[in-house]
Amino acid sequence: MKEIWIFAELAGDGIRPVSLQLLAKGRELASEIGAMTAAAVIGGDEKTHSILSEHGAERICAIKGRRDYRLDTHARALAECIKRHSPHIVLFGATHIGRELAPSVASVLHLGLTADCTGLSMRGDSLIQTRPAFGGNIMADITCRTFPQMATVRPNVFSARRFDGRAEIVHVDLDPEESIFEIVEEIKAQREGRSIEDSRIVISGGRGLKSREDFEMLEELASLVCGAVGCSRPIVERGWMPKSAQVGQSGKTISPDLYIAVGVSGSVQHQAGIKSAKKIVAINNDPSAPILDIADYALVGDLYELVPALIEELKRER
Amino acid sequence: MSQNPTDLIVCVKQVPDTQEIRIDPDTGTLVREGVPSILNPFDEYALNLAISVRDRFLQGSNVVALSMGPAQAGEALRKCLAIGADSAVLLSDRAFAGADTYATSYTLARAVGRLSPFSLIFCGYEALDGNTAQVGPELAEILGIPAVCYAERIENLAEGKVTCRRENEDGQEVIRCPVPALITCMTPPDFEPRLPGVREIMAARRKSLDTWSLESLGGSKEEYGLRGSLTRVTKTYTPDIKRKGIRLEGEAGVRELVSALKGVL
Ligand SMILES: Cc1cc2nc3c(=O)[nH]c(=O)nc-3n(C[C@H](O)[C@H](O)[C@H](O)COP(=O)(O)OP(=O)(O)OC[C@H]3O[C@@H](n4cnc5c(N)ncnc54)[C@H](O)[C@@H]3O)c2cc1C
Ligand SMILES: Nc1ncnc2c1ncn2[C@@H]1O[C@H](COP(=O)(O)O)[C@@H](O)[C@H]1O
Repeated sequence: MKEIWIFAELAGDGIRPVSLQLLAKGRELASEIGAMTAAAVIGGDEKTHSILSEHGAERICAIKGRRDYRLDTHARALAECIKRHSPHIVLFGATHIGRELAPSVASVLHLGLTADCTGLSMRGDSLIQTRPAFGGNIMADITCRTFPQMATVRPNVFSARRFDGRAEIVHVDLDPEESIFEIVEEIKAQREGRSIEDSRIVISGGRGLKSREDFEMLEELASLVCGAVGCSRPIVERGWMPKSAQVGQSGKTISPDLYIAVGVSGSVQHQAGIKSAKKIVAINNDPSAPILDIADYALVGDLYELVPALIEELKRER
Repeated sequence: MSQNPTDLIVCVKQVPDTQEIRIDPDTGTLVREGVPSILNPFDEYALNLAISVRDRFLQGSNVVALSMGPAQAGEALRKCLAIGADSAVLLSDRAFAGADTYATSYTLARAVGRLSPFSLIFCGYEALDGNTAQVGPELAEILGIPAVCYAERIENLAEGKVTCRRENEDGQEVIRCPVPALITCMTPPDFEPRLPGVREIMAARRKSLDTWSLESLGGSKEEYGLRGSLTRVTKTYTPDIKRKGIRLEGEAGVRELVSALKGVL
């Protein structure tokens, strides 16, 4: 039986959400071609295996090895495992790890690889990989000429789901190897408030806001609706917000129920991050700003009047 | 470390300025005319890092800028020479056209094999046009050297090891590995590109800029360009995410908005 593999990326004592999102998408693709969905995980334990199972893995390739990620040892272990089992498709989350690990594996095995996909579908046995190109100005459909077909996929373009059934666990023993990488120091970014990936409502500020202090308005709005505050890239460049809050092509892709863009023009690069937002509200004083064309509700006017009015209105409603 | 210094190679790409790209609304295709070409910004940062590594740790070594592209990409290499690269090589041949990331990496690897021994290869984190970020790690794997991706700073190069500060999913880390190694560079927010002056631009004209073709690299046509690629673009189209939105104005608009969003808020 053909297999669709998802590389399961460990994070802390859990699994990165994108790996679980890909398992759900894997199940969908697998049902079209009569394949089975498997998770490949290195150094996982019983807890990780049961999470993978609950999210759609029908088989788990439990590769023995260090839990800590190292590019060289992970790439060799995965390449060896892929060689032994010849899956039909292998998918990685387009995370920092996925975007360096997948090309390394592809290069070792001499396989085609498509980067940063935002859509996947089957045409016969071929995986059609859709991705933005030219800075998001066009979309391209790409196929691999080699098997397994490999792609990295952007977080939050698909949704994780729960499944019944228990995954069969296949243990893979490989000769343990030492990594040549040494992590000298780890610097965790301090997370202020809620993260934009995990929030149902995200309110972003752009260059329309005149100072760092003006973001306090957005914070207040966010706290009223239990949302998180994001921003456009120039705001990160000015040092007003951390990089982890940047929405867009070179920042985060998010899929909140509601996205409110305040003083953001809506460049293609910014739009790339919010394509799967369920509802978009834009507040902008330029009637021709591109963000207004993609918004479900376009509030045209001065944000310094409209945001306070919105805050008042919400307080009145409560 | 400065006896027998080894070279520092920087892979650079000339890219269309993606902020200037427009879509023809009638045909739905890219309008390329009049779109300026620029040195990929991440590569410009990578070049600056390479130059600072030369000056801090490897005096006497050469910074070599390497690019695969049409003859026009020579402009990007001239800019690199003006910024401070010591020499440049353009890989240009009809057979190289249409390369995907693997074929690109393969071509670059063949060229690296012809250059002097190197201690570090620098790439940008990603190219503005392709945005794949794959060429760096693929090239490293073909050459059989370690890759450190998303590096913002080189902390040290000593005793055969390079130490970098790099971005990861949860923040940053300081990572060390033996050289030769490949580093992909992520521009930190405080980086200000330095515009070369007239004198530097003139001096750049005296530096060597070679062009290598398929013949110089060897191998057969099948290994390069579109034919050597492992992926195929089957279709391109313009994204369509316009929504039939509702326009609202003023305080009345705010009230309308809040009531329309009742279910979500
Ligand atoms: C390769 C590449 C990757 C990029 N990646 C990203 C990315 O991931 N994310 C990202 O955001 N950008 C990214 N960019 C940058 C992007 O091209 C734009 O420059 C950026 O998104 C613009 O940010 P902005 O909307 O905040 O600013 P602007 O474009 O300056 O827009 C400000 C808006 O505020 C409005 N405004 C001003 N004053 C008021 C007021 N008083 N009331 C209401 N509205 C007001 C203006 O009408 C305007 O529309 C990238 C660029 C490149 C080349
Ligand atoms: N044609 C090329 N010539 C030289 N270097 C390249 C070329 N294409 C990509 N690179 C390098 O690889 C990096 C990543 O590119 P990409 O994988 O296309 O996003 C770039 O920042 C360059 O450093």
